[in-house]
Amino acid sequence: MTATPVAAAAPGPGRTGGTPSAGRARGRLEPWIYLAPALLVLAGLMGYPLYQLVNVSFFDYRQPQVTGAEPLEFTGLDNYARLLGDPEFWTVLGNTAVFAGGCVLATLLVGVLLAVLATRLHPWVRTALFLAALGAWATPAVTGSAVWLFLFDPTLGLVNQVLSGLGLSGFEGHSWTYGKWSAFGLVGAEVVWCSFPLVMVTVYAGILAIPQEVLEAARLDGASAPRLVWHVMLPILRPVITTVTILSIIWDVKIFTQIYVMTGGGGIAGQNLVLNVYGYQQAFAANQYGLGSAIGVVMTLLLLGTTLVYLRALRRTGEEL
Amino acid sequence: MRVVRALGLLCAAALLASCAPPQSTNSPSGADETTGTLRVWLFTEVNQEAKETVVEQAVAEFEAAHEGVTVDVQYIPVESRAERFQAAFNDPASAPDVAEFGNTDLAGYVEAGGLADIRADLEAWDEYADMDPGLAVSTVVEGGNYALPWYVGVRALYYRTDVFDELGLEPPATLDELAGTAEEIRAERPELLGISTGGAYTYAFLPFLWAHGGELAEAQGTHFASAIDSAASVEGITAYTDLLTEEICPPQTCAEMTGNDSVQQFIAGDAAMTIGGDFNRLAVDESEVAGDYAVVPLPGTEAGSTAPAFAGGNNLGVLAGTERRTLAVEFLRLLGGKEYQRRMFDAMGNLPTFTDVQAEAAEAEPAIEPFVATLEAGTRFVPATGAWTAIDAQAVLPSMLQRVAGGQATVDEAAAEAAGRMDDAFDGR
Repeated sequence: MTATPVAAAAPGPGRTGGTPSAGRARGRLEPWIYLAPALLVLAGLMGYPLYQLVNVSFFDYRQPQVTGAEPLEFTGLDNYARLLGDPEFWTVLGNTAVFAGGCVLATLLVGVLLAVLATRLHPWVRTALFLAALGAWATPAVTGSAVWLFLFDPTLGLVNQVLSGLGLSGFEGHSWTYGKWSAFGLVGAEVVWCSFPLVMVTVYAGILAIPQEVLEAARLDGASAPRLVWHVMLPILRPVITTVTILSIIWDVKIFTQIYVMTGGGGIAGQNLVLNVYGYQQAFAANQYGLGSAIGVVMTLLLLGTTLVYLRALRRTGEEL
Repeated sequence: MRVVRALGLLCAAALLASCAPPQSTNSPSGADETTGTLRVWLFTEVNQEAKETVVEQAVAEFEAAHEGVTVDVQYIPVESRAERFQAAFNDPASAPDVAEFGNTDLAGYVEAGGLADIRADLEAWDEYADMDPGLAVSTVVEGGNYALPWYVGVRALYYRTDVFDELGLEPPATLDELAGTAEEIRAERPELLGISTGGAYTYAFLPFLWAHGGELAEAQGTHFASAIDSAASVEGITAYTDLLTEEICPPQTCAEMTGNDSVQQFIAGDAAMTIGGDFNRLAVDESEVAGDYAVVPLPGTEAGSTAPAFAGGNNLGVLAGTERRTLAVEFLRLLGGKEYQRRMFDAMGNLPTFTDVQAEAAEAEPAIEPFVATLEAGTRFVPATGAWTAIDAQAVLPSMLQRVAGGQATVDEAAAEAAGRMDDAFDGR
């Protein structure tokens, strides 16, 4: 943000630099000088908490240790060993992977389809669509979850009343949060509902930014509509889609509010626990700050790893194209 | 790659760093001043005004008796108590001298070193001789006495008199009969839950466990070992989960229900019975089933017996970091004493903790008689260890009940698993 005006002045010294070697040295240093303010803020706001997170995860750190009633004990990788040896952790990890994966795919699919649709709609219909989407987007997660929960309430909810009114008597008093996957499906639908607008708006902007000449040239060359989409538009949209995919992965793996509110903190017998809720439960509800931190570290590493692998895979296919 | 390298560096730094995570010291100050400001934390209530009026009377009386002392009462919300108390323990300078807190939180606070042992002060106080023994035990951790029970909440069996009259039924005399009666009602009136009670309603489950001779845990010196998988406990779990079936309270509806949800079904007129507290009475009286219900103590396994109830409630305690210990104890004795417990009952309906005051209250207000009878029959408490906070937070008991109700595990399997998780918590794992 603050880097923009500085960056505009950047070519100056580079161009007028003295000896070639001094210029190269300065050239190597230059980006870091410009980055310094942002890096400082990042180090303070992210580096230090991350450092403490990693630090705490190596200790037996519970409430008595925080208040100093019991001595601190460095336990090395004990918290991690305990975590990896706990079958519940692996179940939760599996839940998180399946749930987040489903949410990401559904969000992208709905977002992209609606973005394509938006380009073909009447302007006023499009405006209505965007307003509705922005409304969903602007709704706080807690509010959205509560409203959805109320819609799907077993006895008082609109959905069950409409379904049983249509003659589907099986839905009378049907609990949507009783079954594990039914509950995940309901929460997933809410997550998609509140996160597809970003994908839609971004991809819509991306489609508008495609130069008309390129599309015209392709049409003149006789490209069919599917070919046009697949071989011309998609490659141009790739950076946009990459960005929203990574953002979606990060958001959906970190889902907390929706699960916490809609399944009452992890569902029946903890069947709907995901990593973030599990970590919160261990750290703050059970006061196992050390173990909770270990879960946080594992989640950070997993997200970093996933994002890096995804970026590399994309770059590789990008080179081939 | 740069990120990975940076992270590697961070890990290395964390390993090498001699600086451990932050720790605070809150050793007692040793000071015992007789003047100045005495800080008091109480919980906010739905009918806050009534509470404040009584507390103001106590403050005025205390200030009149102690020259140079002012009492500063702050009301804190129950929901954010964990953060508030943790912060108070971490920084004695911003902590109160006297505080109200829930009795299930007590052991955790003691473990954190936050509360002062007031055993000698209580023993030297003549009014304390009439304290309900079941409640007195709930304030004891490893031989120390860390609080004065201020008021208590117990649960009993609510039932619909109109439904029972219509079907010609009598209130159940044993827990077995209770299941039979509930099944009979639902067979006759399928729109009603036989008894509304939930898989996440721990305090309704505990009387079933205790009545069958089961235990949550056994104390071995200062250490606890889970007893939830003993033969007697398994019987109790079976008796409770037998209620969470299609014929009585279908798991689709009931597995997820907490205490509030369970009472809510009764208030909405959708249940013939429920297990509710004395604190639910006003809400039921304001609902459409008002006048069509009665309350009896939850029966035990034999006719004429009462299932031991869980003794919930709030305590008054003195914080370990206080600089006015004598004054704090004196204020605690005043506000928590018989006279002010009487006034609190008149103003708020809070059940007193002194047995003689309880009896007076039951005479004055017949509606609380079944709750007082439940108290007199003897109440029980959860293991007095900070580990209970973890067990509670990890929903160990609800998970066990819900897995049985949902048919995902047999009672033996679920109980063995819960025992393992409880032992992990007791061992600080």
